[in-house]
Parts: sequence; C-alpha cells; structure tokens
Amino acid sequence: MPDLLAARSQMAMSLAFHILFAVVGIGMPVLMVVAEQRYRSTGDRICLELAKRWARGTAILFAVGAVSGTVLSFELGLLWPGFMEFAGPIIGMPFSLEGFAFFTEAIFLGVYLYGWDRISPRAHVWAGILVAVSGAASGIFVVIANAWMNAPTGFDMVNGRIANVDPIAGMLNPMAFQQTLHMTLASYAATGLAVAGIHAFLLLLDPHNAFHRRALSIALLVGAPAAVLQPLSGDLSARAVAQYQPAKLAAMETHFETGRRVPLVIGGWPDMATGETRYAIRIPGGLSFLAFHDLGAEVTGLDRFPRADWPSVPIVHTAFQLMVGLGTFMALVGVWAGVLAFRRRDLSVNTWFLRALALAAPMGFIAIEAGWTVTEVGRQPWIVYGVLRTADAVTPMPGLMVPFLGFTALYCFLGAIVAWLLYRQIIRSPRETEWSRVYAPAGPRRAV
Amino acid sequence: MPSDIALPEILAGLIAVSLNAYVLFGGADFGGGVWDLLASGPRRDRQREVISHAIGPIWEANHVWLILAIVLTFSCFPAVFARLGTVLHIPLSLMLVGIVLRGSAFTFRTYDDQHDAVQRRWGRIFAGASLVTPVLLGVCIGAVASGHAGPVAAAGSFTDRFVDPWLTPFSLAVGLMALALFAHLAAVFLTLESDDPGLTEDFRTRALWSGGVLFLVAFGTLLIAREQAPLMGVGLLVSPWSLPFHVATGLAAIAVLAALWWRRYHLARVAAGLQVSLIVWGWAGSQYPYLVPPDLSIRDAAAPAATLRLVLIALGLGIVVLLPSLVYLFRVFKAAPSHSVRGPEGGH
Repeated sequence: MPDLLAARSQMAMSLAFHILFAVVGIGMPVLMVVAEQRYRSTGDRICLELAKRWARGTAILFAVGAVSGTVLSFELGLLWPGFMEFAGPIIGMPFSLEGFAFFTEAIFLGVYLYGWDRISPRAHVWAGILVAVSGAASGIFVVIANAWMNAPTGFDMVNGRIANVDPIAGMLNPMAFQQTLHMTLASYAATGLAVAGIHAFLLLLDPHNAFHRRALSIALLVGAPAAVLQPLSGDLSARAVAQYQPAKLAAMETHFETGRRVPLVIGGWPDMATGETRYAIRIPGGLSFLAFHDLGAEVTGLDRFPRADWPSVPIVHTAFQLMVGLGTFMALVGVWAGVLAFRRRDLSVNTWFLRALALAAPMGFIAIEAGWTVTEVGRQPWIVYGVLRTADAVTPMPGLMVPFLGFTALYCFLGAIVAWLLYRQIIRSPRETEWSRVYAPAGPRRAV
Repeated sequence: MPSDIALPEILAGLIAVSLNAYVLFGGADFGGGVWDLLASGPRRDRQREVISHAIGPIWEANHVWLILAIVLTFSCFPAVFARLGTVLHIPLSLMLVGIVLRGSAFTFRTYDDQHDAVQRRWGRIFAGASLVTPVLLGVCIGAVASGHAGPVAAAGSFTDRFVDPWLTPFSLAVGLMALALFAHLAAVFLTLESDDPGLTEDFRTRALWSGGVLFLVAFGTLLIAREQAPLMGVGLLVSPWSLPFHVATGLAAIAVLAALWWRRYHLARVAAGLQVSLIVWGWAGSQYPYLVPPDLSIRDAAAPAATLRLVLIALGLGIVVLLPSLVYLFRVFKAAPSHSVRGPEGGH
C-alpha cells in the first residue's frame, strides 16, 4: 500500500470510528434530558431509570469520543502537516470554538453524571440541557471546518501561499449552513431511531415490557421528526454541491457528459472505460430538476474535468445511493410513526411497525458513514477543493502502513468493548427483581 | 525580556498556560494511575477507590487543556504543528495510544460495575497506560527543548530522520522526570481526598518517597542537559534570570516536602502546584524566543495577525463562559469528599 493511501485509510478509519461516538454524543443527551424531564413532571420511575441509563451511555460514548477526537486533532498534524500549515490559520477558528463547546459539554456532563444528589432537580435538568446544546454546537463547528475544505473562502492565494486571511469569512463559507444542518439532523435521526429500533426489537420479544415501551416513545420523539426533515435538508445540500463542487455531483450521479435535461441515475454500476452506467433506473430530467429545480437545466459532467481530477466514481456513486436509500426508508418510518401517533394508536403493539423500526436501527449510522464517504472521497484528489491536493499535504514520513494497522487494531478492540458494555449497561432490560413494581406482564395497556 | 510584547507572544504565552494547566490537572490524573498500579498495604482497595473518586468527575475536563494547547498551536503557529507532527510522529502516535487506552479503560472500569476479573483487567490497562503516557509526553518535550526537532532532512535513513531526534538520553531523562513529577503531584493532591487518616498517611508516605525520586531524576536530567542539550543547557544554567528561577523551583520543592513532613497538606498542595508551574515556565523561558529551537521562533511561525486577534477574542469569550462553569464543577465536587457516583440511592 502506498504511503498516501495508507494515510488516507488511517484518516478515514479514525473519522469513521469517531463519527459514531460524536453522533451519539449529540443525540443521546437529548434523549436523557427528555426522559429526566418526564420523570420530574410525572414521577414515572421508569423515566428516571431511562435517564440514568442514557446518561451512563452518554458517558461511555463521550469518553471514547473524547479520546478518539483527540487522536484526530493530532492526526491532522501527524498525517497532513502540509494541510495544517496551509489551513491552520483559517480553520483554527472553528476548531477553537469547538474546543470551548467540548469543554462546556465535558464540564456539565460531569455535573449531570455525578450530581444527582448534590444539586437541585432544576439545576440538574439544566446541566443536561447544556450538555445537549454544547454537544450540538461542537459538532456544528467541526462540520464548518469540513465545509471550508469543500468550499474554501476567506483568503487569497499569493505565490502559492495564503494571504489576506479572514477566518470569519472562512467560517461563513457557502457550504457551512447546508452541511451543518444535514449533519445535526442526521445525528438526531440516527441516534433516535437506533435507540427506538433496539427497543422495538426487544418489544417484539417481550411485548408488555413497560421499560421498553417508555424508551421507544421517547426515542421516537427525537428521532422521527429529524428523519422526516432530513430529505429536505438533503435537497439543500445537493443543490449547494451542484453549484460549488460540480465534479462531486457528477460522480455521485455517474454523470459523465455535460448536457441539459439530465436524468437522475438510480442504482447501477458505472463502467469507467466506456463512461456508461449499467443496470440503472433513469428518471428523465431528474438530476437537472433536483440540482437546479429546473427540468431543462444544464448540469456539468465529468467531461469538463481532466481525468486526473476525477474522484472515484464507483465509490462515490454507490455510497450516495446507499445514503439516499437508507435515509428514505428512515423518513418513511418516521412518517409512519407520525401517522400512528396522530391517530392515537399504540405504537408499541403494532408488530409491522416495530419490525420496520428494528430494521431501521442501524440505518442511520450506515447512512452517516456513506454520506461522509460521498463528502470526502467526492472531494478527491483535493484536500482543499481546487486549492491544495491531498498528495501535496501528506507527511514525508514513510512506512505509514504501520500506524494505519496499529490504530485500526486499537479501534476494533475498543469498538467491540463498547458494544459489549452498552449491551450490559443500557440496552438489557432491568432484572425483574429490581423492577417487579413496574414490569407489568400482561397488565393493562395504556397508549404511550 | 523584550519591550514590544505583542499578539504572537501573548498567544505563545497562552499555549504555555494551557500546558501548565494540563500538567497540573491532567498530570495529577496520570499520577493517580501510577498510585493505582502501586496500591499496596492493608488499605489497597480503599486507595484505589479514593483515586477513582478523585479522577472521576473531572478527568475529561482536565484533558481539554491538552486539546486547547493543540488547537492554539495549529491555529496560531501552524508551522510548529506541522513540524512536531512530522519529526515527533512516532512518540506522539504512541502517546495517543496511551491516551486512548487510559481514558477508555478508566471509563470502562467505572461503568462496568461488576466486581470481577474483567474490571481488574481494565484497572491494569488504565494503570499501565498512566505509566507510559507521561514518559512519552516528556520525551516529546525533551526533544523540543534540546533543539533536536529541527527541519526533517530530505535524505538519510529512516532512523536518522524520524527516530534520532527524540531518542536521546536527555529526552528519556525528561520522560522519567515527567513521570516522577506527575506521581509526586498526585500523591500530594490525594492526601486531601479522603477522611480516613490511614489513607492520608498512605499518600503522605508516597508523596515523600516520590518527592525524593523526583529530586534525583531532576538532578540527573540537569547533568545530562549540560552535556547533551546545548540549547537548553545554556538557557537553564547561564542566562541571568535562570538562577533565581532554579532557586525558586528548588525552594518550592523543599516547601512541599517540609509541609508533608509536618502534615500541612493544604500548604503542600499549593507548593506542589507552584513547583510544577515553575518547571513549565522555566522550560518555556529557556527556549524563548523559540517555539521549536533551533529555527522556529514565535515571530517566524506566527499565523497572520487577523487569525491571532480572532483567536484571542474567542478565548476571551470562551473564558467568560467556561471559568464560571469550571468553578461550579469544582465547587460541586471538590467541596467535600464524593460519596455518590451514579445517581440517587447510588442505584443502578
């Protein structure tokens, strides 16, 4: 494996690992706060148990997210010193703000976890709210830095070096709003539906378990609206990509030749030799419409770019199809949940709904990984789009295969441990002896 | 000292402040791991419990000081960040592995509340990583301080380019010194973390012993510095302000041991904090005006003024939000020894 590929693989693996924890660190505190708020207003002790379990889940995942995030901030320099030397003065600003948001999150998570009997109930709920808000803020700041790599602004190039640096203009880059909105919604949708899906699965096995029913209702409250809104935010993102990164859009859609009234290509496999996409469904004018809201609009194809500047079309296209497919399924499940709730049906006894939800549990996370694959692989061969090539930013150190394999092994180990711990701590329903008062086998059902 | 102190100097100073805070708070957490490993005697399990309770609510907040130093470095002195990432790739990567294992093992141990063999294994990983990480941090600092982290040669063997700059007797000595310092600091802090006089005595003994070890290691490091690290040797031993600095550091160290001897633990804590801070600032002063000697000075490596100004403003705003939060955190948890960890009735 060449060093550049090893460096890219290590970065991809580190990001793919970290993003899972970052997403849960954004979504889970919201679940925890909603559960505690319900306990405070109704006195329902199941909600208290859920708040405590989700808080413990947040703590475990936040700690792993904190250390894997630290690894990433170092890896920027370890693997991409050329990029950091170039971009540090501009994207340092969102990273500084992210540092503060992360600090705030760490402080109030400590207060929340260890302060149950040390501060007033109201202060405790507020600590939880601050965890949720600062978690979302820190995600937003990091995504702003990534958006700058896609649509760099706030500097001039003078003799190959940056000049007239304006970090604020860099933060207000034209991709910032679309990307942060898409990622924040994705975090709530993925976390909410994953938790709801796990409890849906457990309800299928144990239909009258009050613990799982309550968990399901709170998780859906957070996940379903986000899943329904996500396609709209996706439309905003796609139009911005069409405008600022036409090569990425062309790769997403295997759109080889520039033209008008361009069809939307669904599925299929691109043949890079002939520039054709086989076995695909085509919707006439679809891409023109989605990219520019005009059936006859011209869409730039890959033919406008030198072959050396093409991103990997099969990877970007497949990842994009995967993300859209999974996101659509999740949005439909969200709509279904909304319809059932609107008709005041009990969601936790609808077997088909529970099955669909259980199926959707991992989808948000797979969709997020696929979406980031589109963003990152679709930007290649650039690390800063149109300005700095990835190959020019990589470290001169040889033998990068070794750290890549080392960190991969470390992360695999950690991932397995976290999954096992989460099962032991959060997902498994409380033992009957502990909860004989609220576990209600075949008891009277109430709409959740 | 120059009279035209300006933005780059202020931000370089702030990096030293955050490193100081990291060594003070994060260092004590690492040291806690060392005492977890060396827990012994009739109160062995109680010692571990006190350590765990002292670290529990605040280790992530302490860890953020390192992130702040990193972020300040790559925003304000990008060339320094690029240089360190390249020359010190290997020790920094190993240090990262240590940070990852230590942080996650501690969390897993805390939340995996079955008292079984699995939990003890987490304890060992946590303690082992606490031992190795400070040494690597010290090695990196030693490499920078001794002026070995110059530009990477374009040609030469892998060892010449990426190993020799940091694998020197001096940087290894600084690594050992960091470990002894953190362990000493943690033991001093831990004397105040429990109500049990027996435990306090345990940590007092440990603090006195580790203080002695620290003296020896620091003296050895100084001797090697004269021979091996010309730049730091000159800064440490010759420049006019260095003598009072050394005297002050030595006095603080003696004050710590004296206060421990007469069981004045609050005084010992203050003096230990002072001693650690003096060491950090002594190092920073010995390299001034260089961030990475021999070639990257504060002025040369600084980002454009627009960036520096904004980062300073962001820091100001951040401090307005963070300082009260941090004070609140410490007041909630450090006012009295912590009893509850996981919720009302300590329940699960």
